[in-house]
Amino acid sequence: MLSIENLHVEVSGPPAPDGGGRAGKKILSGLNLEIEKGKTSVMFGQNGSGKTSLVMAIMGFPEYKITKGKIIFNGKVINKLSIDERARAGIGMLFQRPPIVRGVKMKQIIEVTKKQFHPPRRSPSASLASLRSGSRGERRVEAGKKFDLEKMAEKLAMKEFLDRDLNLGFSGGEMKRSELLQLAAQSPDLLLLDEPESGVDLENIVLIGEVVNNMLDKNKSALIITHTGHILDYVNATRGCVLANRKVQCVGDPHDILNRIREHGYQGCIKCHRKKPENAMES
Amino acid sequence: MSVKKDIRVGKFDRDTKEHSYQKDLSKISPSDRKNLLETGVDVSERGRSGTFIQQDHTVIHAKSLQKGLEVMNISEALKKYSWLKEYWWKAVSKDSDEYTTLADKDSRNGYFIRVQRGVKADYPIQSCLFLKKENLLQNVHNIIIAEENSRLNIITGCTTASYVKKGAHVGISEFYIKKGATVKFTMIHNWAEEVVVRPRSKAIVEKGGMFLSNYVCLKPVHSLQMYPTATLVGEGATARFNSILYAHPGSHIDVGSRVILSSPNTKAEIISRAVANGGTIVARGHLKGEAPSVKAHLECRGLILSPNAVIHAIPELEGKNKDLDMSHEAAVGKIAKEEIEYLMTRGLNFEEAQAIIVRGFMDTTILGLPQELQKNIDDLVKSCQEEAM
Repeated sequence: MLSIENLHVEVSGPPAPDGGGRAGKKILSGLNLEIEKGKTSVMFGQNGSGKTSLVMAIMGFPEYKITKGKIIFNGKVINKLSIDERARAGIGMLFQRPPIVRGVKMKQIIEVTKKQFHPPRRSPSASLASLRSGSRGERRVEAGKKFDLEKMAEKLAMKEFLDRDLNLGFSGGEMKRSELLQLAAQSPDLLLLDEPESGVDLENIVLIGEVVNNMLDKNKSALIITHTGHILDYVNATRGCVLANRKVQCVGDPHDILNRIREHGYQGCIKCHRKKPENAMES
Repeated sequence: MSVKKDIRVGKFDRDTKEHSYQKDLSKISPSDRKNLLETGVDVSERGRSGTFIQQDHTVIHAKSLQKGLEVMNISEALKKYSWLKEYWWKAVSKDSDEYTTLADKDSRNGYFIRVQRGVKADYPIQSCLFLKKENLLQNVHNIIIAEENSRLNIITGCTTASYVKKGAHVGISEFYIKKGATVKFTMIHNWAEEVVVRPRSKAIVEKGGMFLSNYVCLKPVHSLQMYPTATLVGEGATARFNSILYAHPGSHIDVGSRVILSSPNTKAEIISRAVANGGTIVARGHLKGEAPSVKAHLECRGLILSPNAVIHAIPELEGKNKDLDMSHEAAVGKIAKEEIEYLMTRGLNFEEAQAIIVRGFMDTTILGLPQELQKNIDDLVKSCQEEAM
């Protein structure tokens, strides 16, 4: 579903003192990652290791500039696609800290989203439809028809938030639930979940895990970013990896990886990688 | 920033033919009806407590649908009630400027709306000042009286016929809100590119009274300048002003709201949302606290959508008592990139994301309007945006 080859990403910094453009800070260099159809992968990494940057680069945020390498989604290189084109191609993202959008009601954005992804007739973006196989495209439309806002909002305890300004005054758990509700309307093939458990209490983690599991099926994939690994107890992840030294390393069973991190800390991963860099990419 | 070089009233026509009185509103032509509806005037009068329509200088319809509520041509009211002179030029001073001077010498009708003591007129009275003749100077003088413990709800629209390009409107409005009374006043301005507008409004609010003023201006206008003022003369009185402004290319909008809190425990809130797309908006606000235990807040947000647009926010707080609580916040800028990108992750393209954010910014729910009128205004917000894009 998603394969990333030799990815180098720079993030634009503040403008240089002489006013001559923006200095780029290298975040990722030579990163490889493979996410198979129907599989859920968990990515560990310490704070500041570049996990969020990777998600932003996959989603297409212009500030996260790809200087080298390829992101391939459903067989097509998507490096040049804009954020919305990637979203319409089937990539969906849960924000760690979504911005407040004053005056825009949650219900409004969900309705617009639903319309975007499940147009009544032919999609105006026919060129993007080619990114999906015919059957997948149809299936996504099917999924959209099945999306029941009332029911999903009830499940996520978001009903009374539908008429509120997007993210204004939301608690940590409310933000994540709002993000999930929007993603459910979007029904993406690939879910990018950036720290779905951060700032969330236990009760909410259980709910979030359950809803994420329900959204996934044999045709959908997910990449879940986590710092603590708590989410592993609630979602069925089959693969794990660590982001360190600007690369993906230690691909393997997510529970084994989490145990090793608990034992040796992220420093252990960094050292391990330095010793045996040639093994790092093997799973 | 000073008020744009002021208009010469002399270059507009003062006289035009009289229109005939329309007893039956259903006889109004479909095109006029559409204009009226855009400003909140529904000829079916469903959910209304009265109607007032003035075309050019002629009052073509005035009627109340509720007992204890009067809706009349002000000229007739002045003849009928000798006591009305006591209210004439009492809130607004007749020598404030050239427009008040003009109105004092020669004003042409306007409305008189009065609700009797204890009467609650919760359904809105709909009113429209309609400019149908090209290059006419329309000037009206309105008086609104809410007697003790009454409630009044007024929706007033000003508009031009579709073919009118040029004209002027000068409107004097004096509000008298007595003890415990509430007046909600919603003004919708739908002018044309070459129309100049100079309303002069003042409200006097007595003990425990409340004045809620909504102002919406989303269509092009050549030049609009006003600074409606509420003076809270009685203990515990409240005033709230909400404005939603959109400046198209060539429009110069200079709008403020002022509240003078001259009695103890009075409260005020001024909220404005200004969007400049090619035009200029001067968004003023002035809170003047003169008595102990007053509480007031002013909030002004401006969004600049195009390179040549200007928003100049001038919030003023003036304290004349040591026991005051007054604050303001003002923010002017472009749409935050993070917000646009966030909505793009949901599949909206850049333009769609920007449009939905701008519409959200001009949040019409702050006005607390009847659903149907709210929808009309939302449609207006949408259409002025589509024109701009």
